[in-house]
Amino acid sequence: MVEFTLPKNSRVVKGKHFAAPEGAGNVKTFKVYRWDPDKGDNPRLDSFDLDLDDCGAMVLDALIKVKDETDPTLTFRRSCREGVCGSCAMNIDGINTLACIQRIDEIKGEVKVYPLPHMEVVKDLVPDLNGAYAQYASIEPWLQTETSAPDGHERLQSPEERERLDGMWECILCFCCSTACPSYWWNGDRFLGPAILLQAYRWIADSRDESTNKRLAALEDPFRLYRCHTILNCTNTCPKGLNPAKAIAEIKKLISTRR
Amino acid sequence: MSPGAPTGGAGGSGSAKEGAGHWWAQRLTAIALVPLTIWFVPSMAMLAGKSHGAVVAWLGAPLNAILMALLLAVTFYHVWLGLESIIEDYVHTERRHVATLIAMKIAVAVLALAALFAVARIAFGG
Ligand code: SF4
Ligand code: SF4
Ligand code: FES
Repeated sequence: MVEFTLPKNSRVVKGKHFAAPEGAGNVKTFKVYRWDPDKGDNPRLDSFDLDLDDCGAMVLDALIKVKDETDPTLTFRRSCREGVCGSCAMNIDGINTLACIQRIDEIKGEVKVYPLPHMEVVKDLVPDLNGAYAQYASIEPWLQTETSAPDGHERLQSPEERERLDGMWECILCFCCSTACPSYWWNGDRFLGPAILLQAYRWIADSRDESTNKRLAALEDPFRLYRCHTILNCTNTCPKGLNPAKAIAEIKKLISTRR
Repeated sequence: MSPGAPTGGAGGSGSAKEGAGHWWAQRLTAIALVPLTIWFVPSMAMLAGKSHGAVVAWLGAPLNAILMALLLAVTFYHVWLGLESIIEDYVHTERRHVATLIAMKIAVAVLALAALFAVARIAFGG
């Protein structure tokens, strides 16, 4: 449901301030969303003044520095630190992106760091992605065939057929796009969202997959697919430069032409 | 959707197998409105300041009456579809959703019928 104000217990209050060490030359302030499920408190915005001369270049480096040196309870996901695992997705300076590839010096003024918007928060910067993963499972993201495999070799694709998967296989399921989509905010329980629809199209577009019709039929639904109104927030925010809105448009086109 | 797939309810009660028609109709009515508006706007500009009798005579001409009826029908259909989408987007509690949809449909239908009736009356000189 549309919500224009946060519920009382979700309002963000002012948090603690951690000053930079004596003699720090190049100070930048990071305002970080904090929420601890074990305490009954409202979420708060802590501010950490960091010496950039003693910190890596990316926002993730700053978060790791805070965790190592200032507050070990700061909680966030990360793994690859090079933009391929998708775990460090968060809202930085108002934009959903990957903390590990977002340069600090590209951000003017204070760096505001929040979890991905409109998801339930597990703790601090960690959103609950269980619903999104369940939606992913619901599109059956694996190759499905009815014919038996050719003798002695795998199912082949021409270079052109393989090219059709470009712009989709690169998706790392970080959910920056889905959590930037107003339709997903209001109807995320029923609308699949751009990340999952891009994945759905990845299998529809695969020349080897033989479940295309079944896949299209499963998507034809006012909520699963047609809540997308081509607002394009998804495409604007994707940190991998992909275009989920285009994939969604292709699905709509295929459904219209198959009837 | 295979039944019993471990999706934690993400599949809901399956696909409604609709939505494509709605989507198409929204696009088609939008496209149809382009030429109709191109006809409508200059016509209104031309009629501005004319007497009541002149306007009635203009609307009574068969071509004008037909185009006007088309414009009204397409506009109201487009409004209907658009409002349906907005209600699906924003009104969620099941009962409120259904109630809003019904109220909207009645309101749009009444307005559309009233407008079409007015055109017919003038066209057939009632
Ligand atoms: S499309 Fe882009 S933003 Fe969306 S999940 Fe994939 S990589 Fe992330
Ligand atoms: S284009 Fe569709 S999926 Fe992407 S942000 Fe807009 S409504 Fe959401
Ligand atoms: S840590 Fe893997 S994408 Fe950022």
